[in-house]
Amino acid sequence: MHPHPLKRLWHSIIQPLDAWLMLFLGLLFVLSLLVLYSASNETFGKIDNKLVYSALSFGILWLLAWSRPQTVMMFAPPVYLVGVLLLVAVELFGIIVNGSQRWLNLGIMRIQPSEIMKIALPMMVAWYFQHNEGQIRWWHYLVGLAIILVPGVLILKQPDLGTATLIMTSGLFVLFFAGLSWKVILGAGAGFLASLPLVWHFMHDYQRRRVLTLLDPTQDPLGDGYHIIQSTIAIGSGGPWGKGWLSGTQTHLEFIPERTTDFIFAVYSEEFGLAGNLILLLLYMAILSRGLMITARAQTLYGRLMAGSITLTFFMYAFVNMGMVAGILPVVGVPLPFVSYGGTATVSLAVGMGMLMSIANIDRR
Amino acid sequence: MPPRAYSLHDRSVSKPAMRIAPGRVSVVLGGLGFLFLLLLLRALYLQVAQQDFLQNQGDARFRRSMTLEATRGVIADRNGEPLAISTPVQTIWASPAGMPEVSETQLAQLARLLEVPAAEIRSRLADKKREFVYLKRQISPEQANAVMELGIPGVAKQQEFRRYYPAGEMLSHIVGFTGVDGKGQEGLELARDAMLSGKHGKRVVLRDRRGYIIDDLAAIEPPKDGQTMTLSIDRRIQYLAYRELKNAVEVNKAKAGGIVVLDGKTGEILALANYPSFNPNNRMRLDPEMRRNRAVIDMFEPGSTMKPFPVAMAIESGKVKPGTVMDTNTYKVGSGTVRDTHPKPVMTVTEVIQKSSNVGTSKMALMFPPEQMWTMYDAVGFGRNPRAGFPGEVGGRLRAWKNWRPFEQATMSFGYGVSVSLLQLARAYTVFTADGHLLPVSFSRVPAPPAGQQVITPDTAQKMRDMMTKVTEIGGTGVRAQVLGFNVGGKSGTARKLVDGRYAADKHIGLFVGFAPATRPRLIVAVMVDEPKGGSYYGGTVAGPAFSAVMGGGLRVLGIEPDAPANNTLIPVNQIPEIREET
Repeated sequence: MHPHPLKRLWHSIIQPLDAWLMLFLGLLFVLSLLVLYSASNETFGKIDNKLVYSALSFGILWLLAWSRPQTVMMFAPPVYLVGVLLLVAVELFGIIVNGSQRWLNLGIMRIQPSEIMKIALPMMVAWYFQHNEGQIRWWHYLVGLAIILVPGVLILKQPDLGTATLIMTSGLFVLFFAGLSWKVILGAGAGFLASLPLVWHFMHDYQRRRVLTLLDPTQDPLGDGYHIIQSTIAIGSGGPWGKGWLSGTQTHLEFIPERTTDFIFAVYSEEFGLAGNLILLLLYMAILSRGLMITARAQTLYGRLMAGSITLTFFMYAFVNMGMVAGILPVVGVPLPFVSYGGTATVSLAVGMGMLMSIANIDRR
Repeated sequence: MPPRAYSLHDRSVSKPAMRIAPGRVSVVLGGLGFLFLLLLLRALYLQVAQQDFLQNQGDARFRRSMTLEATRGVIADRNGEPLAISTPVQTIWASPAGMPEVSETQLAQLARLLEVPAAEIRSRLADKKREFVYLKRQISPEQANAVMELGIPGVAKQQEFRRYYPAGEMLSHIVGFTGVDGKGQEGLELARDAMLSGKHGKRVVLRDRRGYIIDDLAAIEPPKDGQTMTLSIDRRIQYLAYRELKNAVEVNKAKAGGIVVLDGKTGEILALANYPSFNPNNRMRLDPEMRRNRAVIDMFEPGSTMKPFPVAMAIESGKVKPGTVMDTNTYKVGSGTVRDTHPKPVMTVTEVIQKSSNVGTSKMALMFPPEQMWTMYDAVGFGRNPRAGFPGEVGGRLRAWKNWRPFEQATMSFGYGVSVSLLQLARAYTVFTADGHLLPVSFSRVPAPPAGQQVITPDTAQKMRDMMTKVTEIGGTGVRAQVLGFNVGGKSGTARKLVDGRYAADKHIGLFVGFAPATRPRLIVAVMVDEPKGGSYYGGTVAGPAFSAVMGGGLRVLGIEPDAPANNTLIPVNQIPEIREET
């Protein structure tokens, strides 16, 4: 008995996808539409855009999920290389926006090469370890570190401390899963803490201000502290149950800056309260758990390293964003994964999710 | 596809790939769980522990309490003529915070419409952290609308009230004025501020970050407008009084002057003016000298205008009668000598008043112990605050009788060693016009004549009026104070001024205080000319003409029937020998 052609098409569409991840991402998507509608003052302009880039992102996700991880892995060295070259190009010919050089004008479009590195860097490190599987010595970790540091330092020089830290961390996750010795990890951690004063010394003024602002936002309530004060007020005034959808006063009176992008969590928090926050956190935890499960079940070293890094990086983005909006982390330009408005970030997150599903998929082929 | 990919895949199937140590996974789980907890605790802290505080903080950012200005009460004269009214004006303000850069053209347009230099506007808008700066206060609604039509974002208008004083300088000392914030600063505007200002209303609104009002959050509390204050002042008499006083000060080249017009039956102040004065509608270059309400707050020694009181005391006691003949030769009292300007060996009591004899007056005063004279002076209000309801009123100075030496008692009888304000002096004369009652004085219209305090009998008051009428007749010191068709009673006074504790020979105060019609008195007018330098300085000469003009005009304004209609010519003052007094 032959199944109906439409049924067969449906089956071939869902076949590469991971059901659990799709469920969680779907819930997150619904949530994000609700918040975005409220944050954009009940207009549809941004919703329409979001639907378009979400569709595009889903296409990319599906394509990656459908591909074999080994195939995708083969692209790691060239993509990484191109990424590094683009970063060098930014250093040489980049456009300065808001005081830092992050964009590259390619004539038809402007791109931010650091965005490519978010995926390319952990991929490259994972590829490198996969390539040398079974014969890994201590110096392999040094090479891995170099792979991380080259783009890291380039991004740091733009200057973009936040992105550099996040990207390098996603690479370090790979080293960690690849079995980097605890002694080295602890030693490096201690060394990092000891070098903090030195880091402070080399920080740019605006970076130092962000850290100081975090410690006491009221120091400069109209300048740097403005974002944090407004967002903590919005979160706090939400209370346990929130003010209700579309009823957030801080949001609708436009007191929250960047309320559709980086600070969308404040909008969500004001309207849905502590209960809403718990739901959102649980959703992210669910994605994280599923990711770790995929990591544990992955058949190849590359798969495990990559799945682990993607999962942790995803959670790190969520945590850093919420921490920043809630005033426990400095202000860095990290969007809330899949909730903040913005095409580029969504596409690169979709790439990660696609790879994760492709890794999850391997034994079903 | 490169061959290595196959080999990798093959190997992973045949032999399990390198595993992730279970320790690492639990470390990761532990670390993430910790971060999860951290976020949750932060949310718990903000949304439960800090909720009220942050909610208030949030409210403070969009809830604005707006004041709805109450219209300040009108100050009107006794006939309802407005003396101070509030007209709506607009104030232009801006919010430099969140305001886009103003272009040069816009700046020039603003400067032209507001009549403020462009540089000043630019500097006011320079501080980008301020949310409220005034650009120009109190401009006409038309001007404000023209500014709003420029459509410059961040520039807004706000309704305010501006106080306008139709009576201008002639009433500025009494009415006073308000500051730019609408609070009374001087005069009755200050004294009666609570009654006039009313109660501001309130409106709580929802505003967005740019300050636009979106919604009302609570019921609007409407403002309670201030009450109308009806003064005792009669604007027509006030105008006359001010005009004549100004004339008297200018003609006599005097430093200043004051005038008080009282209703002799009710004690109401019908007019009170000072010169120099100021225009309350335009208070640029305001000299403190101009702001002095001299008639109420300045003290001076009243000189001979004091004489009717000791004489009344003597008449009241029955020790003398108007026709009693007295020895008025120069005489010694204690350490001093009392003499008259025109010494005469004998005078009747009436002549003592008419010609203003120091000797006669002091002899009558010395018939009484100091305590009794003090009681008389105290009873007519000297040394006591008249409580007319004006800020800064003074009560004058009347020393305790225990320390009076005989010579001092003598000089006090002709108005030295005791100081009064012009308002007090005019009020004291109500005992003659109100059948022996001292009436309270008031700036507010009174519905019925107040009771007053009996000081002398109606009979004594009648006798005093008759005697004081002689002052404005031939042989009196105040012939210039006569009014056609009316009998006028009064008393002139010329007092040397105390300068650094000594009586200056060239600084005088010329006074005339009187009432009319003398047979059924209605008005009291008191005129004071400070330091006349136009040749004559005698009270009858410098203050008499102003008194006459104000009294005559005032009686006409009030429609008072002449009590001497047959007397239809004035005594030609220039053809008779002038009787002058030196005190």
